[in-house]
Amino acid sequence: MVEPTIYEISSNGRVGFRFPESDVPRVDLPDRLKRSDLPFPEVSEVDVVRHFTHLSTLNYSIDKGFYPLGSCTMKYNPKVNEAAARIPGFSATHPLQPIETVQGNLALMYGLQEFLKEISGFAAVTLQPSAGAQGEFVGVKIIKAYHQSRADEKRTRILVPDSAHGTNPATSSMTGYEVVGVPSDARGNVDLASLRDICDETIAGLMLTNPNTLGLFDENVLEVIEIVHQVGGLVYGDGANLNALLGIARPGDLGFDVMHFNLHKTFSTPHGGGGPGSGPVAVTQKLADFLPAPIIGIVEEATEDVPPLYGFITPPKTIGRVKAFHGQFGVLVRAYTYIRMHGPDGLRKIAEHAVLNSNYLLSLLRHRYTLPYDRTYMHEFVLEGVWADAPDVQALDIAKRLMDYNFHPPTNYFPLIVREALMIEPTETESKQELDAFATAMLKIADEAHSTPALLKEAPHNTPIGRLDEVKAAKELVLCCWLPEQE
Amino acid sequence: MFIPHTEVEKKEMLKGIGVKDVKDLFTDVPEKFRYPKINLPPGVTEMEVFAELNDYAAANEPVGEMVCFLGAGAYHHYVPAAVDALLRRGEFYTAYTPYQPEISQGTLQAIFEFQTLIANLTGMDVCNASHYDGATATAEAGVMAYHHFRGKRKKIILSPAVNPQYQEVLCSYLCGFEDVDIHSGKLHGGLSDQPSDLGALIDDQTALVVVQYPDFLGRIQDFSSLVYAAHQSGALVAFVVNPIALGLLKTPGELGADIVVGEGQPLGIPLSFGGPYLGFFATRKEYVRKLSGRLVGETTDAQGRRGYVLTLTAREQHIRREKATSNICSNQGLMALAATIYMSLVGKHGMRQVADLCYQKAHYAASEIAKIPGFQLVSKEPFFHEFVVKCPSGIDEINRDLLDMGFIGGYDLGQTHPELTNQMLVAVTEMNSKEDIDAFAAALQEVTHG
Amino acid sequence: MNTPKNLKYASSDEWVLIEGDVATLGVSDYAQDQLSDVVFFETTVAVGDTLEKNAIIATIESVKAAADVKSSVSGKVIEINEALADTPELINSDPYGAAWMIKVELANPQEAEVLMDAEAYAAFCETRGH
Repeated sequence: MVEPTIYEISSNGRVGFRFPESDVPRVDLPDRLKRSDLPFPEVSEVDVVRHFTHLSTLNYSIDKGFYPLGSCTMKYNPKVNEAAARIPGFSATHPLQPIETVQGNLALMYGLQEFLKEISGFAAVTLQPSAGAQGEFVGVKIIKAYHQSRADEKRTRILVPDSAHGTNPATSSMTGYEVVGVPSDARGNVDLASLRDICDETIAGLMLTNPNTLGLFDENVLEVIEIVHQVGGLVYGDGANLNALLGIARPGDLGFDVMHFNLHKTFSTPHGGGGPGSGPVAVTQKLADFLPAPIIGIVEEATEDVPPLYGFITPPKTIGRVKAFHGQFGVLVRAYTYIRMHGPDGLRKIAEHAVLNSNYLLSLLRHRYTLPYDRTYMHEFVLEGVWADAPDVQALDIAKRLMDYNFHPPTNYFPLIVREALMIEPTETESKQELDAFATAMLKIADEAHSTPALLKEAPHNTPIGRLDEVKAAKELVLCCWLPEQE
Repeated sequence: MFIPHTEVEKKEMLKGIGVKDVKDLFTDVPEKFRYPKINLPPGVTEMEVFAELNDYAAANEPVGEMVCFLGAGAYHHYVPAAVDALLRRGEFYTAYTPYQPEISQGTLQAIFEFQTLIANLTGMDVCNASHYDGATATAEAGVMAYHHFRGKRKKIILSPAVNPQYQEVLCSYLCGFEDVDIHSGKLHGGLSDQPSDLGALIDDQTALVVVQYPDFLGRIQDFSSLVYAAHQSGALVAFVVNPIALGLLKTPGELGADIVVGEGQPLGIPLSFGGPYLGFFATRKEYVRKLSGRLVGETTDAQGRRGYVLTLTAREQHIRREKATSNICSNQGLMALAATIYMSLVGKHGMRQVADLCYQKAHYAASEIAKIPGFQLVSKEPFFHEFVVKCPSGIDEINRDLLDMGFIGGYDLGQTHPELTNQMLVAVTEMNSKEDIDAFAAALQEVTHG
Repeated sequence: MNTPKNLKYASSDEWVLIEGDVATLGVSDYAQDQLSDVVFFETTVAVGDTLEKNAIIATIESVKAAADVKSSVSGKVIEINEALADTPELINSDPYGAAWMIKVELANPQEAEVLMDAEAYAAFCETRGH
């Protein structure tokens, strides 16, 4: 079924929403400043509601089913989070209101900063970054500012292991560093010998994803950190996989210097079809002065009768601002709600069940799919989606065929170090029945790959639309449904 | 609550894995640091947490309970009920990034329509799927221009009338690039400065000139000679815009902009204390490959049915790795959907109407405030829905007194522009009735004349 | 996979044809196969530019990958294949012919001698799999 575009539904003269008439004397905008036409659709409210409702039904979503997307932590999103963010006392506050009128917001943000410090084992937190990638950017900028503050100008390189999160290399180069790859060893850990070889006084730091994108906790993590610290480098922790560590280990305790959180992954704020995210950053005491401004602090201590006054604080050596205002506040409310509902025991249970689910699912699949590293996994694992005796089939085909069984496919072709990778992260919110059903589908597909490979090559068959021609899209570059000059 | 496992199921699962206890799965974690004490308050139920959140919210004084004349980058507009009703469909807000197009056509087509609406609103050819907010979109314009000239032109000229927070963010983004030279002047002449004053700074090293339209002070300035000078020297010009204003104003495309960025919050997104908002980024066709962030393109499946995919992905961080010009990954998908629904619903008629209401009411407010002895309307040029008034005393003090009377006063320009001390930036939207405006003018008179 | 005998190859998958003191450059059949459908080609140099060895001369994008093309020789750019920008698919269909990218007047003709011959390059590709 092809849904018409909003421009195709448009009918001249139709109105979807009326604002009240003006109640003030009329003043005219000079004609020379006016635009000519406004090429917008003309539709009714019914048109709009049906159009977007139709579109919504073409989507897969967490509310519809299982999303075993490696590295994305697509867990169920509690509905209370949505209600919380929409409390008018939160949603109708202006970011520049006097602080006396937004003490509720500031107290909640201060509370969330404290929660995140405690969960990660760090000394200070900023809530400002808009998403994980911006959190990384902030983290690496802090590393750079730290070295510069010590007049240590020789550090020009950042180490990024080949099992790191995908955004890390781009982040490092955005901050003006040269990216140096570090290989993995045969067990999927950072290769210590290579690391020692590369490490010298030109290293500003290491960006470590732990557990890494293979789903493995680095068995030598303390040594890795020590090697980097010995040459004066700092260690950045990519928090994309924090779900596996909640209440299990705190990156700050392990010796990391700075890390970011993906609130929208770990603390279950919905992914929204591609954002908004939120990427707070935590640092040790020696880096606290570099955090982006402002952070939330107590500007007047509480007295016996008066609660403290919360306000904005600019850290003395701040790297500056990375977004307008104070952070993705609506996402912060959702994360606060989620953490409050779980408490320390609930958070630990999240990690335990995420890891239990991942290892259980692996136990159901490992006899039919090649497992490149035979170890106990954390919250996710990576299989090879390819068989020597089914040469036509690739990971992509398995992914597409899964859609016919009503599952979202796993992440494929990442991490790059596993050939035809299928990266599977079940998360803690899936039941044993759901995992069993997914495994059944995966095993059936493994059979089909050998018996009827064409079934996979042409998949999906049961989706609203078939495989799309990406070459055509990239060549023709039709990026708008209607522009005036095309008529 | 959100973990479905029963004890029986857990035992079966552990048996399947071949371990006795869940703790056995964590032996790779150094023992010394395993199972730390986490000092957080114990978990509570939904009813309890909701009561707690209501207490926090009750400690705020939201714009709905006050009368708000504060803007400066975030604006109080009406959000039609249909916007949130559609946004709250789990099929939209609990969907992942549409990397699997066969089961993401809803999100993809909505983004495609968003790209179209923004391109048409701004008079440009293409628009991406969104940036984090207006500030980061502005910064990405700087990054794009830098890469467009392959780092050979290193100068970026910022009009001093660009939102000061956007200027800060642009500096944070670009200071990592070698020898970038960012010129952001002060408003030396207060509001009497002209865009053409920036012309003198443009040379053959200039990659980008950034102006705001309407500017941070609400003015609708004439950028024609500046745009001409920039293009003469081969530089690009970026306009930072307010999307509501474009319901009425000549498009940046017509005025010669190469890049148009802006904050989409006024398009159906709640104030929400500053986020999540919506950065948009539009440009001309010839720069499409320099555009960072996701793009949706139209194509067909094997049966010839029309469909949509993420396209030009080879520019992005996960493929180009350290050579990518931006690391952006998650953006503001859901906020772009809100803006798409808003723009569709209010449509051609409503966009003009809301812009006109803002314009009319702001001009009425300006004329009423200018009548108060001691107050002076500083804005001489055409303005949209924000204007500057010089007040007889400190803005901070005035605003505190206004709060007691139920008003959120305008932005204190002296905080960020010392040359504009005692000057207030007042924002007026369709949410302010004539009655509100009259009461505000009366309140201003009262708090300054005792 | 096709590796013409009259060409020299770099480990970064570019080919070089030496004719007197002029070198013609492009990317190999192996490279285009790895990239899959090429949708975009852009040169990053102009006629008259002086190139260092290993300078980046062009960018190629396919639907799943992006790659920089390097010059395996040093010298002055004397000609650019302008047609490729509009028809980048030639890189897939005719990598050694119509999809030549630039011609360089060699500064140091001996440079090409260190490059692989067809046999060595074919063996090198074999080690990397397909």
